[in-house]
Amino acid sequence: MSSLLEPLLVTVLLLNMFVLGATRLRAVIGASAAQGVCLGVLTVTAHGEITFEVVAIAIAAVAIKAVVIPRLLYKAMRDAAIARDVAPLVGVIPSLVIGALGTVFAVVFAGTLPFAGAHAGTLVLPSSLATVLTGCVVLTTRRKAITQVVGYLILENGIFILGLSLLDAMPFLVEVGVLLDLVVGIFVMAIIIHHVSREFSASTDAAELAELKE
Amino acid sequence: MLLALVLLPIAMGALAFAAPSPRLRTYLVVTGAALHAALAVFVACSPPPPMFDRWLVLEPLGRLIVPLLSVQFLLCALYVPAYLAARPERQRQNRVFCACLLALGGTMSLVAVSHHLGLMWVGIEASALVSAPLIYFYRTPRSLEATWKYLLIGSVGVAFALYGSFFLASSALHGGQVSSLLFEDLVRAAPHLSKPWLHAAFVILLIGYGTKIGLAPMHTWKPDVYGEAPAVVGAVLAGGLSTCALTALMRFLQICTAAGDGQLARSLLVVFGLLSMGVAAAFMIGQRDYKRMLAYSSVEHMGIIVFGLGIGGLATYGALLHILGNSFGKGVLFMTAGNLHRGYGSKLAADVSGAIHRFPASAGLFLAGFFAITGSPPFGLFLSELAIARGAFASGSYLGAALFLALLATVFIGMGAVVISVVQGPRGAEGPREREQRLTLVPPALCLAVVLLLGVYVPPWLDSALREAAAVVEMRP
Repeated sequence: MSSLLEPLLVTVLLLNMFVLGATRLRAVIGASAAQGVCLGVLTVTAHGEITFEVVAIAIAAVAIKAVVIPRLLYKAMRDAAIARDVAPLVGVIPSLVIGALGTVFAVVFAGTLPFAGAHAGTLVLPSSLATVLTGCVVLTTRRKAITQVVGYLILENGIFILGLSLLDAMPFLVEVGVLLDLVVGIFVMAIIIHHVSREFSASTDAAELAELKE
Repeated sequence: MLLALVLLPIAMGALAFAAPSPRLRTYLVVTGAALHAALAVFVACSPPPPMFDRWLVLEPLGRLIVPLLSVQFLLCALYVPAYLAARPERQRQNRVFCACLLALGGTMSLVAVSHHLGLMWVGIEASALVSAPLIYFYRTPRSLEATWKYLLIGSVGVAFALYGSFFLASSALHGGQVSSLLFEDLVRAAPHLSKPWLHAAFVILLIGYGTKIGLAPMHTWKPDVYGEAPAVVGAVLAGGLSTCALTALMRFLQICTAAGDGQLARSLLVVFGLLSMGVAAAFMIGQRDYKRMLAYSSVEHMGIIVFGLGIGGLATYGALLHILGNSFGKGVLFMTAGNLHRGYGSKLAADVSGAIHRFPASAGLFLAGFFAITGSPPFGLFLSELAIARGAFASGSYLGAALFLALLATVFIGMGAVVISVVQGPRGAEGPREREQRLTLVPPALCLAVVLLLGVYVPPWLDSALREAAAVVEMRP
């Protein structure tokens, strides 16, 4: 089972790059959903024995990250008439360069942290760090409110990956991470209920949320 | 007993949500806060035994923070009936406002009493969620923008806090220790925690909880949120929620100290503290909006407290005293600023001038609050800032101490220019002296009385409570 671990983590890393390189909003949402599926499968493969708890977390992860939230995001795109492009503040090529450097940094930094137990020497920690960094890049360099939500989702996926290595030791901590998904849900609802889009013209552009500044 | 501290306000919030009349709801807020304060004082006087395998514990630090939170919350709650009654056009938001405000009281208590770091994180996260509707009270585009920023930046901070907690858990796991996030277990196992993980964890936790505290450069949500939120919410956030996040940070500082890495953590705190003070001072000079100015003042005071914690020794005592003074001082300033905002219909310093002639009581309290918060004698913050400065000199960090004093002076001048023009300034054209509602004046006056009392007479029981809490924070036996 654990032979699937590394390929899945590499897929997650590639999806990070895809998100940074994509120009279409639907593609970005799709990539975050694909990451959600990877995380669900990872949850099962990362564990030697399959318990009810592990399966429950895996199913919840797939259901929330790959089905519910992407559907809500697509709905938000339709209802709030959000244009299809990503509208980055920083271009695609610089974003990819930042992402690549971030991944290198993640691998180097992860090497300095001792990792004991079943996942020693795997990509768990580097891919977690790289995904968190990718989420931060998307959050800060994309203009639309909806892409910020996707960035947050990716950030959260990165946190979840590290959580996998702790699932046996302290399941409670990993389970409360579901609260983060709740926040994502609230963000999307805010867009859907038209508050964010209606009150800042129809563009749902976070750059228009700029009246409050010095 | 400890669980009641958390559940009582939430239950009262549910009751307020179900209550039919807006006026009844505001009274429920006051009743809930009063009951909560009574309970908090009671548990602080006779600490109950830990609950749920030590997930909920009241140690000396909690004995200081819990009553502080709930008494400050009570004083803010006293302001609510008059505040909401003066805004009949906001009738529709009244239900959610009262319910969420009470729930916030409960979630803040949860942070202060939980000794499981995961549960503490849940408390912080829940506080963020229930305070968002409070900020969106006015339903204006600007308040929506502020709420969006609050949720987004706050949630990234909270996500980092969880990530840091994962790192801390890993440091126990990869150090070969029992995996547990119970505070006592971590402190006991601290010398054996994996050092690289622990260092990374502290940095990530500092970023995460620092965002909630409002330390520069993660403070950017604060001016928007405090500027747009209702005054009483600003008082609760600046005085209560910031204190909760500080409590969380102090717990992690304790773990680092127990692990023998206190020095590294402390030097980070000193840097972030001074940086926050510097950024606040820079933005306070020439600030045109007096509510945003209060937000920068909050950033400054969080910087002062974190600086004090970083210096340690006498400064830790000073930082804890400063937490008390800051909470009540912010109560005075936000509530009186709310009165002026209401009276003039503007929160720009350019539109509000000579307020002492039109609203003598509010403007007078606002001025007194300014002197209190900037640490003028005889107010409590003078003593605490003096203790922090003395601690800094005693520890030999002369550069830090000099910067600390210089920034305090800069803030005094920058904030003073705005406050004096609002209060004294040339008399505005509009309006004669107006009658002020007594109920909007009593709560800030009581807050001011507390700050004054802290300055002239620290009762022996409070002094010993502060000393015990400082010993806990410093991990002295």
